[in-house]
Amino acid sequence: MKKPLLALSLLLSTTSIAAAEGQLNLFNWGDYTSPELLEKFEKETGIKVTVTDYDSNDTALAKVSAGGGGYDLVVPSAHFVQIYVEKGLIQKLDLSKLPHHSNIAPEWMDVEWDKGRNYTIPWQWGTTGISVDTSIYKGDPNTSEIFLNPPEELKGKINVVPEMNEVVGLAVMWAGGKPCTEDVAVLKKAHDALINARQYWISMDYGTTERMANGDWAASVNWSGETFRSRLKNPNVVYGYPKEGYPLWMDSVALLSDAKNVDEAYKFLDFISLPENAALISAFARYPNGISGSTEFMPADMATAPEVNIPAEFKAAGHFLPACSGKALDYMTAIWTDLQK
Amino acid sequence: MSAAEKAQAAQSTRNGWLLSTPALVILTLFAVGPLMIVVVYSFLAPGQYGNIEWAFSLDGWRGILWTKDIFDDTYGLADANVTIFWRSIKLSVLTTLLTFAVGFPTAWFIATRPAKSRALWLFLITIPFWTNLLIRTYAINEVIRNEGLLNTVLIKLGLISEPLRIIYTDTAVFIGMAYVYLPLMVLPLFAAIDRFDMRLLEAAYDLYASRWQVLRRVILPIVKPGIIAGSILVFVPSLGAYVTPRVLGGGKQMMIGNFIDLQFGQGRNWPLGAALSLTLLIIVTVALLIYVKYANRDTAHGH
Amino acid sequence: MATKSFSVAKLPGFTATAVIVFVTLYLPILTLVAYSFNASQSVAIWGGFSWDWYVKAWNNDAVKDATVRSLLIAVCAALISTAVATMAALGTTRRKAFKGQTFIYVMINQPLMVPEIVTAVSLLILFGMIKQATGIQGIGYVIFAHAAFCIPFAYLPIRARLEGMDMTLETAAADLYASPWQTFRHVTLPILLPGVIAGAMLAFVISLDDVVITEFVKSGGQDTLPTYMLGQMRRQLTPEINAISSMLLALTIVLLTAFFLLTRKND
Repeated sequence: MKKPLLALSLLLSTTSIAAAEGQLNLFNWGDYTSPELLEKFEKETGIKVTVTDYDSNDTALAKVSAGGGGYDLVVPSAHFVQIYVEKGLIQKLDLSKLPHHSNIAPEWMDVEWDKGRNYTIPWQWGTTGISVDTSIYKGDPNTSEIFLNPPEELKGKINVVPEMNEVVGLAVMWAGGKPCTEDVAVLKKAHDALINARQYWISMDYGTTERMANGDWAASVNWSGETFRSRLKNPNVVYGYPKEGYPLWMDSVALLSDAKNVDEAYKFLDFISLPENAALISAFARYPNGISGSTEFMPADMATAPEVNIPAEFKAAGHFLPACSGKALDYMTAIWTDLQK
Repeated sequence: MSAAEKAQAAQSTRNGWLLSTPALVILTLFAVGPLMIVVVYSFLAPGQYGNIEWAFSLDGWRGILWTKDIFDDTYGLADANVTIFWRSIKLSVLTTLLTFAVGFPTAWFIATRPAKSRALWLFLITIPFWTNLLIRTYAINEVIRNEGLLNTVLIKLGLISEPLRIIYTDTAVFIGMAYVYLPLMVLPLFAAIDRFDMRLLEAAYDLYASRWQVLRRVILPIVKPGIIAGSILVFVPSLGAYVTPRVLGGGKQMMIGNFIDLQFGQGRNWPLGAALSLTLLIIVTVALLIYVKYANRDTAHGH
Repeated sequence: MATKSFSVAKLPGFTATAVIVFVTLYLPILTLVAYSFNASQSVAIWGGFSWDWYVKAWNNDAVKDATVRSLLIAVCAALISTAVATMAALGTTRRKAFKGQTFIYVMINQPLMVPEIVTAVSLLILFGMIKQATGIQGIGYVIFAHAAFCIPFAYLPIRARLEGMDMTLETAAADLYASPWQTFRHVTLPILLPGVIAGAMLAFVISLDDVVITEFVKSGGQDTLPTYMLGQMRRQLTPEINAISSMLLALTIVLLTAFFLLTRKND
């Protein structure tokens, strides 16, 4: 009876590799981390970064708050940062260990969710809109009607990325409200439209880059950078900015409270604050980042891409998703659960 | 029984327990014990961002069938949940039926091969059984996807002009599960048929029985234990399937397994997830008890 | 007689169905392997023969790490589960039925009966609690989770071997004044060994194949090959997955063939 228990405790403890020297565990969205960035970081610092993927803000938060995930850094979207702070899941950054902190672009420094950037370093920002395959759909791509009230030729060929805040946000704005609204009439309209439209969707899945490019899907609620990457493989793919309103977002890197490799994490955070390194992130995932002067290190096509440079006529329709009140969040979760079933 | 014999029996029992203890410890700590925590969690309140609050609540269990309306605070039947349960049960039953329909002739075929090649045929059915479930699911995905093997061949043959949209539908999950769980049906059927005395067939035919009569009245009753075993072996994992609907269902055609997973992620309702897990466990246990009852009755008949 | 029983055993359409079943069973797997040699980026369009995806998978650090981790977990889980299963098999066979024997059977077979997703969820909760309370990290959690569900797979062939064993040999050894340990070491174990090896191999394959429990139990940087593939499948379908699958497939087939020959030779 004693022996196995002894063996057990030995095994549980001695194989503890998470805090080994020169290691760093990054918990990030899937297909979002540039391999070149990690290679360069390892070459310069000798620190090997292990990336674990997640699919959504909610999954990441669930895993982190379940405890003992063994991660050092996480990359939540803006409206999740305050939740991490409130629950004590991420720690305040010691800015003295981040000599290049001032490289953060002025417009991304005093953001609402992290004034003065005491908790997070920008990773990338973008928009959530619609990608369509113009070989199948010739109409205007700049509307949420495409997934909420699909035209005949797109029925049964539409994908919706399963990210609650953004999908419900799009539907609420389509229904004439603002993100995080508590207006029951607007919520009801959005809810009914989503539930009704669901029958025309083929799937609610990630992996949009490949499947939009190879024609598995003819349209998708999708992120700007993913669409950009699809377009590079298949020129028929076009990105639409819903004129009824669409979400703007930024994902930022935060240091977890139970991080084991804190020194390594600071090195990484400072590393990505350098424009030439931030540019590597963008060159891979095709979203702009929030670091000053990184544009000149990026591929030339980033400067002109319609997915990156929001056309003037649609600029006003973009809304930064705020952190919602408890009540608004309850509504949103209820709609989402109903939709997911 | 003499005192010495008694002492020996006691010693034997003690050794039996002692030798089994290490296995029992591991199973208690990492398989049976954790189920108790799930029971506790199913009676707690959900935390706002996942996990639980340490407060007693029956909402987890109530949430299985009943739901609060989003906009007015009335309770009603959760038709969405019912849809998922119905889909899970329907697909599991269909999978069991299909695997039996094609698995029985296959098992019969293997069992009637000459002894030498029989081992090879059996081996051929075992390889997929031990092959990674994820790989097999991915393999079927390669066949049924829009530009997959099936559609390419059908279009080349001119039978269809547009690809059949199978992937991400209930049908895709059904095909996938039948493909993945087929060996689980064939193996016990084979074991039952293998013990079958072929001379019984001769006797039946000598008595002018038709082929159909032979199948219904002679073969099926005798291989019934194999049929029950195979059905349970297919039905139980089908009902709890997670990987196949996730890969082939495209996040929309959820089954109970995925629904449970959802509660621990985006659903942020761990108590509901715990209650759903226990519900699944109860259904499976009932199915197994029915199996045990039938299996015992059949052996009682046989002797 | 033999030929005659064949004609009566033939049922209309059965052979055709069986042939179709075997083709259907193997065709998808063969397609998967064939496309691992596809030179094209897409999993859909054939672009000629190439080894590129194997080279790519081989040079992919994430794949390498996941492979090493998968093998480490499978070896540890197989060793642990086989050791305890051998003991349990010795404890539950070849002696008079004793009180609690059924309970032991039920416990050992429990992982076969409880749906994987339920075990996965319960371990997620338990390990989360332990990790938060103690701060102890490591791959040990995954190893023990695997060891637990491998026990019935290791137990069954060992028990089958024991039940088929001739007890007179051991009695003879005891009559020749061999101590119980000597009898076990020199008589029981050598005869039992093929069963133990078979059990260990089954446990190894079962651990290597697990997706669901690992997916829920793993911590940061603890992806095994199957969980890595599951993640990739939701995102980027490239022939690299086919290449990884084919390699894993080859390993499974080699092990199974060895298992097949091992158990046949000793029949």
